[in-house]
Amino acid sequence: MNAILSKLRADRRLLWIAYLGLVLLLTTMPFLTEMGLGRSWVRILDFVLLYMMLALGLNIVVGYAGLLDLGYVGFYAVGAYLYALLASPHFGLHLPFWLLLPMGALIAGLFGVLLGAPTLRLRGDYLAIVTLGFGEIIRVFLNNLNAPINLTNGPQGVNLIDPISVNGFSFGGMHQVFGLNFPSTYSYYYLFLVLTLLIIFVSIRLEDSRIGRAWAAIREDEVAAEAMGIRTRNVKLLAFAMGASFGGVSGGLFAAFQGFVSPESFNLMESVMILCMIVLGGMGNIAGVILGAVLLTTLPEALRYLGPLQEFLFGEVLVDPSNLRMLVFGLALIIIMIFRPAGLLPSSRRKRELQPEPEVAAQEQATVYDSKR
Amino acid sequence: MTVSASVAPLLKAENISKNFGGIAALTDVSFSINSGEIYGLIGPNGAGKTTLFNVLTGLYLTDSGKVNFAGHDINGLKPHHIVEFGFARTFQNIRLFANMTALENVMVGRHVRTRAGVIGAILRNAGTRNEEAAILRRAKELLAYVGIAGRADTIAKHLSYGDQRRLEIARSLATEPKLLALDEPAAGMNLTERASLAGLLQAIRSDGVTLLLIEHDVKLVMGVCDRVAVLEYGKKIAEDVPAVVQRDPRVIEAYLGAPTA
Repeated sequence: MNAILSKLRADRRLLWIAYLGLVLLLTTMPFLTEMGLGRSWVRILDFVLLYMMLALGLNIVVGYAGLLDLGYVGFYAVGAYLYALLASPHFGLHLPFWLLLPMGALIAGLFGVLLGAPTLRLRGDYLAIVTLGFGEIIRVFLNNLNAPINLTNGPQGVNLIDPISVNGFSFGGMHQVFGLNFPSTYSYYYLFLVLTLLIIFVSIRLEDSRIGRAWAAIREDEVAAEAMGIRTRNVKLLAFAMGASFGGVSGGLFAAFQGFVSPESFNLMESVMILCMIVLGGMGNIAGVILGAVLLTTLPEALRYLGPLQEFLFGEVLVDPSNLRMLVFGLALIIIMIFRPAGLLPSSRRKRELQPEPEVAAQEQATVYDSKR
Repeated sequence: MTVSASVAPLLKAENISKNFGGIAALTDVSFSINSGEIYGLIGPNGAGKTTLFNVLTGLYLTDSGKVNFAGHDINGLKPHHIVEFGFARTFQNIRLFANMTALENVMVGRHVRTRAGVIGAILRNAGTRNEEAAILRRAKELLAYVGIAGRADTIAKHLSYGDQRRLEIARSLATEPKLLALDEPAAGMNLTERASLAGLLQAIRSDGVTLLLIEHDVKLVMGVCDRVAVLEYGKKIAEDVPAVVQRDPRVIEAYLGAPTA
């Protein structure tokens, strides 16, 4: 992998070819997917991009700043409901997308600060538990804010949400280009792709900046970071706000894409899945996070084929695939984490954190357990 | 402040007291450091030296007393605020950003003197690019200054002990301090490293940075310090030029015990 990369860097022409290939692959992805796997997978492809945006957002909080946040799905919910309430018959409001997108980022970012502020003194496990509580609070609020005034329509959720529409082009409908039919999943794919690339760009730029270094410093040693003049409070809140705003954007896209939101979509399991994506992919490393999002979104779907597979192998379905599916999924996670404890594509810095010094480890081994006894 | 003093001291601590539960870690400690001097702080283990450091640099709150630094009352201020005023420190048990490179560590030290925010980071406009280039340049200069330019890309935790201490000094210098407080910079160094550390401290001072030094190595303290204060059981028992402190019976008693008559 590294050999290929360094070779690419050395040869400009090769680099351009690689870029071109990537662009070609990304633009034709929905067609390839439909041809290879069927139309339902184009929808899954859209979800892959949505989860990529979410995972990249959480990566800022957990991967860069080292703040373990288990309530991240709360910001996803805020973004989704903001879009749902302001672009649906529920209140009779139909605000345009170009207004709702930045609004979602802003309001979710605000919630990030709001929820981040009381947790600033907490670290590690304690922070995780408090953020977990916050995520649940948001869900419970959404579930119960249908009385006395019906704000969120409670457990029934909000229906008939406007599809995204820009300059009269509705992403919700079927479009015909060059005699080819494009269903809405195709249009959304390209929209999500653009926004995902934007979020990747922002993540890369942030990582390699004064702010990114301050986040890394806080993750490494908060006391030393403070003693170096970093305003740890503000810098941590900034991480919460940035991460939350990415979550808010993906939430809005999710609401428009689904046309329906309910509190159920934003349970703890979602937060855990997003966290799994970045841990399994490689915390703090953008490529790793992307890989994690791809794997953890597609794997559960792919495992649905366990039923047909059993039929093919044994002639009948022995174990109900819906039961087997999550079992195999869990097993796959465990196996990956055993063999790649720092994730599939770890960031170089994170890898160092997890690797014990060979000499030191050996020394400890020798002093703690006397080998002669 | 006495009328005769022509310049106000850079740091002035008055009647500092700090208790942990029932234990008085510091009792009524007063001292002042003048601009341009190397001020030593010695005392037996547990005398309260590091506690005093932590109080001065904002890691601990005082129970009573006042600290004034360069005309600012820094009591109760957050550490990052105190650094902004120009008072930086190192730690007794080295606190580098262990998994970052030496260069990155020093670059973090520039944080407090630079401005770029999120917008600058994303747009990477000319202002931000210039600032980043300046950060990098200064960080390299500082690594060379403390003598570890060759280890710029080494992960901090892979550096030798002495180099880690030097890196910590470089990182603090990156914050452009007027006063640099060093907590046992020679700990764990061998004789050659100590000798070159003494040279480094002199160089830092001659570049206009005042130094406050906690140190156990008596030779180093006596060699480089202009004035020395001695702490014992949280109280200041002596303060003078090294040669006088060295002969002070109370100091000798504190270190060696009272003569059994």
